[in-house]
Amino acid sequence: MKWGLIPSALLMAVVYSSPLHAAPMNKTMAVSYVNGIMPVMDQRVYVHALLDQFEARYSGAGGQFRYDGQAWFGSDYNKLWLKSEGTVGTDGRFGDGDHEILYDRAISRYFDVQSGVRLDVDQGPTRAWGAIGLQGLALYFFDAEATFYFSDRGVAGRLTGSYDIFITNRLILQPQAELNFYSNSDSARGVGRGLSDIDTGLRLRYEWHRKIAPYIGITYSNMFHENSNFRGNIGKNGSGANFTFGIRSWF
Amino acid sequence: MVESVFPKRTSIGRRRFVTGAAALSCGAAISPALGRKAAIESTLSAELPEPASSFLLNVEKIPVRVGKQHAKGVGINGSVPAPTLRWREGDTVEIQVRNHLHEDTSIHWHGIRLPADMDGVPGLSFAGIPAGETFTYRFPVRQSGTYWYHSHSGGQEQAGLYGALVIDPAGRPAYTTDRDYVVLLSDWTDADPMDIVSNLKFDGDYYNFRQRTVGTFLHDIRKDGLMASVRDRLAWGGMNMAPTDISDVSGIIYTYLMNGRSPEKGWTGLFRPGERIRLRFINAASMTLFDVRIPGLTMQVVSADGNDVEPVPVDEFRIAPAETYDVIVQPTTDEPYTIFVQSEDRTGYARGTLTTREGVLAPIPPMDPRPLRTMADMGMGDMKGMSMTGENKSDPMAGMDMSSHEKAASESKPVEQDAAAHHHAAMHDMDMNDMPGMDMGDMDMPGMSMHHSMAHEDSQKRQDRVSAMAPPEPRPVPLKTGVEVQSLAPQPQNRLGEAGDGLDGNGRRCLRYTDLRALKPGTDSREPSREIVLHLTGNMERFIWGFNGKKFSEAEPISLAVGERVRFVMINDTMMEHPIHLHGFWSELENGQGAFQPYKHTVNVKPGERLSYLVTADAPGLWAYHCHLLYHMDTGMFRTVVVS
Repeated sequence: MKWGLIPSALLMAVVYSSPLHAAPMNKTMAVSYVNGIMPVMDQRVYVHALLDQFEARYSGAGGQFRYDGQAWFGSDYNKLWLKSEGTVGTDGRFGDGDHEILYDRAISRYFDVQSGVRLDVDQGPTRAWGAIGLQGLALYFFDAEATFYFSDRGVAGRLTGSYDIFITNRLILQPQAELNFYSNSDSARGVGRGLSDIDTGLRLRYEWHRKIAPYIGITYSNMFHENSNFRGNIGKNGSGANFTFGIRSWF
Repeated sequence: MVESVFPKRTSIGRRRFVTGAAALSCGAAISPALGRKAAIESTLSAELPEPASSFLLNVEKIPVRVGKQHAKGVGINGSVPAPTLRWREGDTVEIQVRNHLHEDTSIHWHGIRLPADMDGVPGLSFAGIPAGETFTYRFPVRQSGTYWYHSHSGGQEQAGLYGALVIDPAGRPAYTTDRDYVVLLSDWTDADPMDIVSNLKFDGDYYNFRQRTVGTFLHDIRKDGLMASVRDRLAWGGMNMAPTDISDVSGIIYTYLMNGRSPEKGWTGLFRPGERIRLRFINAASMTLFDVRIPGLTMQVVSADGNDVEPVPVDEFRIAPAETYDVIVQPTTDEPYTIFVQSEDRTGYARGTLTTREGVLAPIPPMDPRPLRTMADMGMGDMKGMSMTGENKSDPMAGMDMSSHEKAASESKPVEQDAAAHHHAAMHDMDMNDMPGMDMGDMDMPGMSMHHSMAHEDSQKRQDRVSAMAPPEPRPVPLKTGVEVQSLAPQPQNRLGEAGDGLDGNGRRCLRYTDLRALKPGTDSREPSREIVLHLTGNMERFIWGFNGKKFSEAEPISLAVGERVRFVMINDTMMEHPIHLHGFWSELENGQGAFQPYKHTVNVKPGERLSYLVTADAPGLWAYHCHLLYHMDTGMFRTVVVS
């Protein structure tokens, strides 16, 4: 656990001290503004949170509840970025709990680099990782995230992507996928080596308000660990196809 | 409060106006005036008050009802929009502004030439007007025409703190009329301006419910074929941009107002047949460009941004935020006429009626098809010689996915003015820039460094055509795409001869910047000593706007020497219009009219356009320079100009 945190802290120190981070110097101070009042406040901070998945999944084998959300706070260039996801199985066990605290820096037209800490906290054993990744809008309006994790247990990677297909301007079909890779298996958490798990969905949402959109869909998840018993450890992560419904919301 | 509207003048005309203001004040505050349940909206008078030189303006929160929306607006002396002020050229005006809000306020006199400390921009001109305090503006009036005034503090301008300003000339007016109305256009919302910015930061398309869909894709396939439609989608998608980006904030939250009235209610102006009526159009909207027409009447444009121009007969004109145009109409029968004012993105309209009897209305026309952005808007040149249209210009509109009626009318662009005729002829080709359906499959979109040789060759031809009016090739500013620069225009065009997206080729005579010819020659015939090149840049996904890739807080001010004459060159790298406003000085638009080029205070720069104007910096001080789309300014498209 410690080993995961130290490189991550180092990384953040490097990023913060680098010219990359250098907060835009306020050159306008070369002018003497009356009472120091800025005629335009273009450095405001904004707070937003997006609960992308907040859903029930049903299949013949039972059901589960899943959420996946992000929140951020900050300016155009520098943000504190939080991510969290998790699944509650029919047996009430909280699994797949993945929580990240990241420093986010805008680096290009559409992409931000993010670095920080990932904590796997649920009813399984706790793990900590350093995290560094990219998040943004790939060409053709693909939302994409690619994150690299490292700890004393090895390295891991996550790819997520989604795309909005506008059936109408309010009825939106969204294919989405998340893939997790690990360099080493972690039996206690049901993590396999290589491509460990996949979670993908096809959701049809209706934005009756931009910020609140109910949806229905089909999700498919699978874990590729040799020992399928591990699934039990994290709460009956019903692999296979699920009928899904939920609400996407943000502020 | 009402008694003190104009406390220092007591002419009969003034008293009559005060009575009007009283009714208006009560109407807005307690709303019994009309005695029915229908929306009690603004009763702002469009008739001109008597001129005065001394005013007391109480800035206050005012309950507002627009259509079904109830909200608190910010207005003056009980009125949202704020009352019309009328001054006289040659007077020294004294205006006390008392702030009854719980926050700072300010009043900026838009387009007025005055000492820097009277300009009303917090931080630059003065410290603002703190809550509960009064600030007295006092300055000589050295100009005449139609202007307006508005808050320069936060989102107060969006909330209603704007009003018309009419200045009588010291001598005889250039054009005499029998009636004179203000037509103040604006966009009203009960949403909090800070929420609007925040939503746009999250999602630049937050207010756009007209994005391309599966439905429009199928439609385009039927019309243009599968491959063309796919290529078109790939070209736009490859830039992460959309041709449906017209307005950042739309009719989904805006109600478009004419003299404070919603379209349901509408504003009414009375006339007698045969009268010459001056309509003083002012765009006081925060984020909306309007297209104005009066079906059945030809409008003679006689003034732009307060300055007289030779009459230009038009059927329609586009007015960007902060611009003003005076037009004269002369209806000869007692028929009613609708003043129809569509937002550029066609998500709504403001409406009024010219009629001989109150209550007699003219039909309201359907809204025009909305425009779509094109590769010309991306600054990719007029694209002649590209694979789809070939090298000849026989059918330059081929492949357009705009409405077909535009195609039909595209060749019938009339030429109105002798003086400008040859410019029109020269510019005629350029009206054909819009070619969204182009074959762009082989273009290097992300870097947009495409087809240099071809574009170059074409540029040369164009230079020859429009050499009379084209500013010299500007010195390049080193710019690359990044957080604040979503795109760069590889081949910005002279688009002064275009009326604007959605107007060119619509079959109507539409006003173009090249039409504007001042009545009097300019006062400073010196050549500019230098050029200041400013790229208008932005990132619509992140909703950051700026000049030369930097927002206000990251940039040096622009420094000018007192008395210096400079050329400002604008290059719009974005795919949206930006009405650029320089406080304190005239912007003499280089539109090919030579010594008679028009004096403007706000210059609307089209997407992918390059234009220039001359400025004589004859007043020292700190001045504001910005895009007059409120949320573009607010997110960084602003510079301080230091004249010393």
